[in-house]
Amino acid sequence: MSTKIDMTPMVDLAFLLLTFFMLTTTFAKPQTMEINMPVKPDKEEEQIELKASNAMTIILAKDDKIFYYYGLGNPADNPEVVESDYSSNGIRKVLTSPKIKGNDKMTIMIKPMADSRYKNVVDILDELKITDTKKFALVEITDNDKQLVQNKIGQ
Amino acid sequence: MPKVKVKRNNPSLDMTPMVDLGFLLVTFFMLTATMTPDKAVIVDTPSSVSQLKIPDSNVITITIDKDNRVFFGVDGQNTKAAVLDKIAGKYGVGFNEEEKKTFSLLSEFGVPVAQLKQYLDMSSKQRKDYDKRAPGIPIDSVGNELGDWVLQTRLTNPKVIIAIKGDVDVNYETVQKVIETLQDKKVNRFNLITDMEAKPKNL
Repeated sequence: MSTKIDMTPMVDLAFLLLTFFMLTTTFAKPQTMEINMPVKPDKEEEQIELKASNAMTIILAKDDKIFYYYGLGNPADNPEVVESDYSSNGIRKVLTSPKIKGNDKMTIMIKPMADSRYKNVVDILDELKITDTKKFALVEITDNDKQLVQNKIGQ
Repeated sequence: MPKVKVKRNNPSLDMTPMVDLGFLLVTFFMLTATMTPDKAVIVDTPSSVSQLKIPDSNVITITIDKDNRVFFGVDGQNTKAAVLDKIAGKYGVGFNEEEKKTFSLLSEFGVPVAQLKQYLDMSSKQRKDYDKRAPGIPIDSVGNELGDWVLQTRLTNPKVIIAIKGDVDVNYETVQKVIETLQDKKVNRFNLITDMEAKPKNL
């Protein structure tokens, strides 16, 4: 008389439980990205004027397009709008260029258009983090910017 | 010449190590597991190199799905019950004990306050079905209910942090409305939930 026990059902049970726990578990907690928005000023006059030489604007347009220009985008200045992309040779090169890294006061303004995707916003915030750019703001897009992009696409 | 008779023995395996391993893993998963909460909508979050983890508790999650619908969720059953009471008072909707209980167990929801009573009366299966075509929480400037939810939650539990969980494909317009709503309620610091991504080495 052998004292061997057939363990197959036990293995079955163990692996059933294992599968169940593996599937119902949230293992890694999601990452978060902290962003601080500027406090909305009560009065318009309280806003500090940004010098055009210390400003750069990045416009996020639809279909994952991205445009940037230096300055504040007055139509009178006729800023040169350049198209870029999200790859490591695109906007990251621009953000690490001496023109931005060499100027401590350089402020990046990110202006997502209404039909850009949420992913674009996260991507660009991510790029700023990767390139260690400290001064930036998420700004509402103006009609000037829309016009500039329109002109650029229309070309 | 007689055939060589192969000795046949019973091919039984000793499964003990396998059982050991199996139960070791089961125990491990049981101890480390936190159950996945029932989510009203599935959202595909974008990825970032950020290393910050979201805290375990005191989190308001504002989910924006790809159809531009907004869902609100907060953890803590007591918080949820208290918030529902306050909202009920503000909007003049009465909830009975049963509905309050259901609400305190919901992980997130996306219906206007006017339909909330009806939503809570559904069975959990019906609710799951309904989430697919739920209208989301109104965020337009006329009846911004999201703002009220956030404000009342923050009054109930001042420790809460706010996390926005947006879908990759959602239009920025909706996200902007949510952010504006938060800013109106004097929330200027919040988190965006993202997936993990490796940080590029060559800069």
